[in-house]
Parts: sequence; structure tokens; C-alpha cells
Amino acid sequence: MEVSGRIWQVLERRNMELGPEGEPTRALTHWRYTSDDEGIVWLLLDRAGESANSISEEVLDELHTVLDDLRNLSVRGLVIRSAKKSGFAAGADLRDFRGIADAGEVEKRMRRAHEIVDRLANLAMPTVAVIHGYCLGAGFELALACRHRIAVRGASFGFPEVLLGLHPGLGGTFRLTSLIDPVEAMTMMLTGRSAHTAKAKALGIVDDVVEERHVANAVRAAIDRKLRRGGGGLKAGVLALGPARRMAASRMRTEAEKSAPKKHYPAPYRLIDLWEEHGGDARAMQKAEIRSFSQLLVSQTAQNLIRVFFLREQLKGLGKGRSGISRVHVIGAGTMGGDIAAWCAARGLSVTLTDLDPKALALAVGRASAFYAKRLHSSLDKRDALDRLMPDFEGVGVEKADLVIEAVAEKAEVKRRVYEAVVPRMKPDAILATNTSSIPLEVLREGLPFPGRFLGLHFFNPVTRMELVEIVSHEGVADDTLMRARAFCGDISRLPLPVRSAPGFLVNRALTPYLVEAFTLFDEGIPKEEIDRAARDFGMPMGPIELADRIGLDICLEVARMLKERLSDPMPDIPPWLVQKVESGATGRKAGRGLYAYDEKGRPRKEEVKVSEGAEAPRADPEMTDRLILPMLNILVRLLRENIVEDPEQADAAMIFGTGFAPFRGGPLHYARSRGIDNIVSRLRELEKRHGARFAPDEGWEGLKSSDHVPVATLP
Amino acid sequence: MTEAAKPVSRPASRRGVGRRTSITAVKPRTSASSAAQKRPVYLVDGARTPFIRARGKPGPFTPVDLAVQCGRPLLARQPMAPEDFDLVILGCVNVIADEMNPARVAALRLGMGEAMRAFTVQINCGSGMQSIDTGFRLIEGGEAELILAGGSEALSHAPLVLSRKAAGWFGQFATARTAWERAASLGGFRPEMIKPVIGLERGLTDPLTDLSMGQTAEIIGHAFGITREQADAYALESHQRLARAQNEGHLKGEVIASVTPDGRLYDHDDGVRPDTSMDKLAKLKPAFEKPHGRVTPGNSSQITDGASWVILASEEAVEKYGLQPMARIVDSEWAALDPSVMGLGPTLCCTALMKRRGLVRDDIDLWEINEAFSAQVLACLAAWEDEEYCSEILGLDAPFGALDRERLNVDGGAISLGHPVGASGNRIVLHLANAMRRLGHKQGMATECIGGGQGGAMLLEVV
Repeated sequence: MEVSGRIWQVLERRNMELGPEGEPTRALTHWRYTSDDEGIVWLLLDRAGESANSISEEVLDELHTVLDDLRNLSVRGLVIRSAKKSGFAAGADLRDFRGIADAGEVEKRMRRAHEIVDRLANLAMPTVAVIHGYCLGAGFELALACRHRIAVRGASFGFPEVLLGLHPGLGGTFRLTSLIDPVEAMTMMLTGRSAHTAKAKALGIVDDVVEERHVANAVRAAIDRKLRRGGGGLKAGVLALGPARRMAASRMRTEAEKSAPKKHYPAPYRLIDLWEEHGGDARAMQKAEIRSFSQLLVSQTAQNLIRVFFLREQLKGLGKGRSGISRVHVIGAGTMGGDIAAWCAARGLSVTLTDLDPKALALAVGRASAFYAKRLHSSLDKRDALDRLMPDFEGVGVEKADLVIEAVAEKAEVKRRVYEAVVPRMKPDAILATNTSSIPLEVLREGLPFPGRFLGLHFFNPVTRMELVEIVSHEGVADDTLMRARAFCGDISRLPLPVRSAPGFLVNRALTPYLVEAFTLFDEGIPKEEIDRAARDFGMPMGPIELADRIGLDICLEVARMLKERLSDPMPDIPPWLVQKVESGATGRKAGRGLYAYDEKGRPRKEEVKVSEGAEAPRADPEMTDRLILPMLNILVRLLRENIVEDPEQADAAMIFGTGFAPFRGGPLHYARSRGIDNIVSRLRELEKRHGARFAPDEGWEGLKSSDHVPVATLP
Repeated sequence: MTEAAKPVSRPASRRGVGRRTSITAVKPRTSASSAAQKRPVYLVDGARTPFIRARGKPGPFTPVDLAVQCGRPLLARQPMAPEDFDLVILGCVNVIADEMNPARVAALRLGMGEAMRAFTVQINCGSGMQSIDTGFRLIEGGEAELILAGGSEALSHAPLVLSRKAAGWFGQFATARTAWERAASLGGFRPEMIKPVIGLERGLTDPLTDLSMGQTAEIIGHAFGITREQADAYALESHQRLARAQNEGHLKGEVIASVTPDGRLYDHDDGVRPDTSMDKLAKLKPAFEKPHGRVTPGNSSQITDGASWVILASEEAVEKYGLQPMARIVDSEWAALDPSVMGLGPTLCCTALMKRRGLVRDDIDLWEINEAFSAQVLACLAAWEDEEYCSEILGLDAPFGALDRERLNVDGGAISLGHPVGASGNRIVLHLANAMRRLGHKQGMATECIGGGQGGAMLLEVV
């Protein structure tokens, strides 16, 4: 439901309970505290110059100062909360962790941080963390060091460290496992999934859930010891015993292997070891946590994943600004159009989705609502999202739309005909975007009265999971249009990647040689399962054959043909069987059969899974891996040289967020650098000799070597 | 609000209408109110959902869902923003507990903004027209410029209407839709399958007389000599006319498809039975007064879910937003009468309205009379030809005369497309405007009988 909330905009400021008003008793850079008449100290975290709180060394040092102060005050109780609207704290300040190489140094710093948090935990007076919004990582660990946690409805708690190749390092491992059911605690830490308010209460993470307007009363009740603490219960007792823990730990290892293979992602296994060995013994676990965390932090995996975190921040930064887009009209209710529309509506935009076929519209609404049911928190949110997503049988939405996204069949004439009908009806400042993946914008731009407001917004399939959107420019596009399109991506929580118009743009052009090489290997008689395994062994979330099925063999074929036609990119020939498969309707997962066969729900059939994921299979041939991966890197170098993409960081980000390229490797070009440019080039030459000119190293490799581009993870 | 005609009670009289009956006489409105100050009011657009037949369990949409389904595309095709409206009025009889004041819930879900005033009106089968009339008078009086007026009803959700038995019956009745003819030809419905219609009557039973709506149709059908065959023939034609309108695309723009959250498409009024016949209709047993009655499920309006909206605008609003009016709302009239002959309501309010405006029968090019029951519509027509009724009750010097069937309910009615009670009054006004424009007519009347003993009429003029 769209309510402008005019009155609430005025009243909202009065809502938040931050303790006594007026001058604080003491204000530091990031913290300030005020003592009230009842002897309760309200300590507020409000990081200077930041829109959200994170926990840095400076923040902890200042906390140390505050704790010193408390000794000299007559204090009955301490309340800690965030003064930021966005939430309690997002986690550790990762800027402290970038480019660190010395585990011993980290260990020293962590021990000092632990001392400060331990002091908070050991205070004799009642301590209460009041939590709203995000409470993650180190922020969560700070809250765990308080005696009570009171959640304001909407708060969520989590340890996302594992996604950075780490585990909690500021006491989270032993504090959470001793506060709540240790299996639940481990699950949270192993998956990185957050517990929303209700779940957090049920798990015993928080002692109370209140509305903002009752925070003061709830705090008083806690300090007056009228609030009962939640607890771990019976299971915690059982799991204090070694044998029970060992059994649980072995189950966790099996589970972890499914999504994060040990050889690529060590952190979950270190965490399981930690708990198996020391669970129930807080002191020993704390020591082990510090050591293990320090070692993980300096590892390649963690440093690369931290790099990925900052790559995301970099793209997110491009999406700042005002898009002026609140109504979106999507033309074409196929998979892409329907999913783009559903996603935009979920993110709060008013969406009209139109298609000539009413049944396609109905199906798209059905898909959207299945997605909402899974991903939105309440039935009200689901209803509102569906209300915002209007199946537009008459195509009237175009007249009020700020952005029109065309996602019809990949045929220039079809698209042009759509533009002819739509363009005269658009608002004078509205943007027209195409989701084309293969047609050059220069072709589509022809005849448009306002090329300045036309560009490509290239989403990836599945839209709801792939964060990347290529913002495709062309010579006639206005800067303002590009800026608004990037900001639109920010509005809908997608990552904008500016690319110049060139066949295949960035992602498809780099991905296609990888897919076609996989087809070539298949032609050479290598089983598809083995090809896929080689890619997965490298760290890809799925193999190229599986990916081609997922993308759709018809689309792969179309893109490959187009690239072959328009570019001199060296690429193997398109195998004739691919054409036949597409012609016979075996277009991949969407058709139920492509190179693999799929069941009704789009999962590979049982027998296929067994073959392709068999753990006992021999390790992949390194030459096969290089044949798959290196052409992708080679093209990226060329794209950089041709200025299709601005810098290697953006190229890396694009491949990670657009295709899922092994994140722990930090991106394809980062991988090339880590392995050594010379090594890659000579390897390419070897492959060239053996398999043909398509492996000839691009002339841009030399430039990358001397490169002015400093990898993000080592930026100051 | 209009000043309702003051009823004058008369002793029960005439042709066996029953002892309870007392038809009220029409008294023309005397308030020659300041017509000079009245502003013209235009119907500029409107849309409705397909009317969806109840199928034994709650249908896919609640009343507000229905209102959103057709309101959303209607608002989307307007040049003005949803927030530009002054007021939302929605007729709804069976409000569900989750949607108190459905007008307001719908307004918010339609993105019309937190500041949108909205209220719900309830006058049974007249609710959807009452919303238009209220909006009409507010604009006419200069109190508003732009109003969204609608009606919505999800009879399949109305627990008051469907008893448990009825739900069971509808379950069978619905699944037998394809098997329906088979069931009918095998000797008609079993009594226990028909009983639940009586369950329905709890909601559709007049609280004062304890007569079901179907019985009131039996009463007036008898009084005016309407036979079972005539009633069935009327029903048959209703289905044929709706089927023709659907096939020829006459409902395009008026009916906008609805989509359920699970992706099912409803794109037409699904109660239509183009293949029904006199034979098939004749096999149905009387539903309300067994075994001799003339009112059967086949010649009664269907139990359905549906919603309809129209947009009303002042001249100023028309100019401001560059709207294209479909019709001007010229006048409206309401009447009240003995609940046990409620079906005659249209004769009272239409006649009163026409007298006031100095109109005769042939001045009206097109009629929409809501088809609560075949026998009820036919009784109204007969009453207008009945010398005694016209003189005694309507105060006419000569009988009003026969309506040309070619000018009445030209695209079918509630018997074929259903009667979501809160929505029907709105639908007939909207459809009248559309049909007049299509057929090149100038002046038309939409009217309905109202359970509880009232009638409503609205006069439109194409602009």
C-alpha cells in the first residue's frame, strides 16, 4: 500500500527513544552518553561521518574510555543503543581488515578488542542493548556482551562473517552458543542468515520485543530486574557433552559441503572444529576463536571475499542519486520481463506489465506471487507488492511511466515496432530502456525521436537472484539518462555496471567463449558432467553446460551467432547439434530438456544429479579448466582495452555479480593477477599451439601488468 | 441525497397480491429546488471485473480485491493521478470482517493516497447505484469535482448468505458445471441440492415479511400473470444476448480481466450459458415455492462475485484533465414500497423521475432493468401496461405502455452474468452508457429493484 505518510514524516522524529534529552554528559567522537535522574546511563553509538554504524578499533577504544568513566559515576544501569535510523550496527568496519597479511598482528589487535568487550560483559550493573534494524557481526557481538537485549520490532540479527570467508571474531562463537541452542547458533553462523525479530525472540536471542514507543518502559523493567532472560534450554545441556557435539558437528560438515566446499571455503569448517573442541568452555573457545579468526582473516579466501564486498560497495556507489522513477512500465511478460516487473514491485515501485497475450500476464503474476510468498516477510507485504504489480491488458501504463523497459523477443523489427507504438505515448521526461542482450543499441536507436533518453538496462536471469544490471550506453545517450538509470538500480537494490554498447556488452561477451568452449569439449567426447565438474572445482557455482541450460540454449545460440557475426573475437565454431537441439525445442531448463533433463520444477533429474555431483570422481584435468576459464579472462582484457568497461574492478564485479564467477577468487582479473600475468599469457600460448588461434593472448595483457589499477582490497 | 418519494400507504387491494401487500403510490417530487445552481455531472469512464460465478467455496477475490482488480487498470488509463480524486464511494452489502469500510481499504490499496476520503454505502441491490447517486449529488451541488464511485460484492465470501448446506450444494452445483446439463437431463436436481438455495435466503430474505427474494418474485409474477414459460424464455434470451455481446466484443473496455495471485486469468463473465435452451430450462425445479412455483435457478439471477467502478466528474474536472465524458447523469430517483412486492420498485422510481422531467416512454432510447428474476422484470413490464396499476399506483392517466424488448437489457443481465448485489447497480449504469454510445442512442434509464422494498433509477444522456 502506498501511503505518502505526510503526517508521520513530521511526527517520526518524536518516535525514537534515545534517553534523556539535552546536552549529553559526555560526547566522544562515535559515542555519547547521558545519565538520567534514575541513575540510568544511555550510551548512544553514532559514528561520525557515517550513515550507519560499524564497529571499528576506534569505536572500541572509545567504549573503553566510557567504561572507565562509569566506574566514577553512580550508575544503576547501562543502556546501549544506536542513534542511527538504519539500525544498531552493520558489523565490523571492514576497512580495518583490508590488505592485512600478518596473522600475529591481527591476533594482538583482536585480543585487545576482546578485553574491552569482556569488560562490558563483566559489569556488575544491569546492561541492556536496545536494538532496532540491523544488528550484525561485531554489532551483534557487542549486544551479546550485554545482559539483556530488547528488540524493537523489525530488528534482525545475524553473523554474515562466513560470507566473507570468516567466522565471528569478537566473542560471537562462544557467546551465542552459550546463550541459545548451540545448534541454532551454529546454523546462524554457518549460513550467515539473519534471524528476524520473531525468530530472534523464539531462539532466545532477545529477552523482549517492543514497539519503539515502549522502549523506555522496557528498559526500566530490565534494569529493575523485572525482565526474565531467555535461555538455551535443555538441548544446550546435552550439547555441553563431547559426544553429542561430535555427532552434531559431523552433520554440520556434511551440510556445509553442499554449499561451500571445504577446499574453497575453509571458514565454516574452522568454526565447526572450534565448537566441537571447545563448546561449553567459554574461555578456551574465546582463545581459539581469536586464533582461528586471525588466521582466516589473512587468508587469500577472506581477503578476496572482502575485496568482493568492496567491489559491491563500489557498484552500489554508482547507484546513488535520485532516479525520479516511481512508475515502471514493462513490455513483454516472458521470464525476463515478468521477473523484472515482479522485482521492481517488490522494491516499492508501481509497475504495469503488459503483453499481447493475457495468459502470459497471468502466469507472470503467478510467478511473482510465488516469489513474494517466499521472500517477503508478511502477507501484508505480499499483498502490497501484488497490488503494485498491475497486469496491464490494455498497455495503458506507458503514459504515466517514468521508465519503460522493453523485454520483448530478441528481434530488431519486433522491438522497433514496439517503440513505434509506445514512444509517442511516453511522458516527455520518461526513459526508454531495452533489455536486449544481443542487439546493438545503435540499431535499435534508429528512428527514435529522443535517443538521449534511450539506453540498455540488461538484467540477468534469474532477475531475483542476479544482482548485476548492465547500464548500456551508446553515443547519443544523455548523461542524465545514464545517471537516472544507475540510480534506478540503486532504488531496486541492484548493482549498476556502466558498459559501452558493443555486441554482447560485457558479461555475455565474456561468458560466451566459456560456454562455447564447453560445447567444444563436449564435442571432443568429454562427458558433460566432467566438464561441469571442472568448472565447479574451480569454484563456479555451476558448470558451463548447466549454466547454458539455465540461460536457455536458444539464447546462447543467438548470442554466440551474433558475436561471431559482428566481432573478430576468436571463438570455436558453434556445434551443429546445438542448432538442432534448439530447433527441436530442447532449449534448456525452461523447456524441461536441454543438455540435461529436468523435472517439472526445473531441477535436474535424479540420475543426472548423481553423475554431475558425485564426490568420488577424479579431479578435473587442469588443462580442461584452463581451456574453459582463460578465454573468459582473455576477452575481459580485450574489453578493457576497448574501453567497453571502465576498469578491471568493474569487470571483476560484473563477472561475480552477473555470472557468479567464483567469488573467493576475487574476480577473473584478480585471479589472473594472483596467478601471474606471465603465467596466464604463456599458458594461453600453449593452448593456442594445441587448440588454435582462439587462445591467442590479447595484446592488452601487458597493459594489465603495468596497470595503474590498484586492486580494491589494498586501497587505503 | 435525493429526497425520496414519500410513500402513501394504501389498503391491500386487487388481484390476489396477498394480504401483506400494500403498494405505495408515487408522489412526484415537489421540491422544485434551485435547478439553476445545479452543475452538470459527467460519467467519464468506468470498468468492471468479469462477474465470477460462486463455485462452492470462497472465490479467489474478496470485495476489496475485486475493487482493486478493476479499479487499478481504470485509474491507470486516466490522465489524472489517483490522488487527484476528492472522494471514493463504494457500495458493498456483505462486508467481510477483514475489510471494514471497504471503500477506504480499496482507496488505499489503489494508491490513492492516505488523504483520500472514502465511505461505503449499503442499500442492498441498490448499493452500486447509490454510490453513483451520492457522488452525483455532491458534484452537482459543488462539493466535489472528481469522484470514484463503485460497487463490489463477493457473494462467495459471504458467510451470512451461504449456509453450510448451501456451500455444499454450490460445491456440487459448480463442479457439475460441465455435467450440469447431464444432471439436469437425468431428471433435474434432487431436493437436497436445491435446499441450500433456501440457505441463501437467510441473506436474501426480507426480515420483516420473512419472504425470500424469490418469493417476492413469485408474488408479483402471479399478480401480473407471468408464466413459467415466459420467465424461462426471458432467461434464455438473457444468456443469448450476453453471449452475443461477448462474442462481438461489446464488453471490451468495460470488462477488464482479473488475475488471481496464483496466476489464473478470469477474462469473461463465466455464468453465461450460450447453449442453454427452453428444454433445459424447463427441466429445472422451482427453487423457492415448490412444486408449483415459476421461479427456478435457471430464471433467477446468479450468485456471483464482481466489482464495478465509474468515474464522475464536474465540468471543471473534465476541462482540467482533458477528460472525455461518456454520458451526463441527468437525474436519479429512489422509491420505497412494501417489501413483499419489492420487485416492482423500478416502476415507481422510473415513473416518478420521468414525470418530474416531463418525459414519456418513448423518450427513453435504452433501458437497463436489473434482472433479479425473470418473473420480476416481466412483472414490471406488465405493470406498466396494466391500466389499473398505472392509474391507481403510478398516477398515470393512461398506461405507461409496453417497453420494446430491443431496447431493454440489450446485452443480457443478471440472469446470465450474475448479480453481485453491491456491484450490479453500478454495472447497469456503466453498461447503459457504453451500450447507448455503441448503438447511437441519446437517453437511457438504468433501474433496479432493491431487496427490502425499494427501487432506484438513474437517467443518463449521451454527450
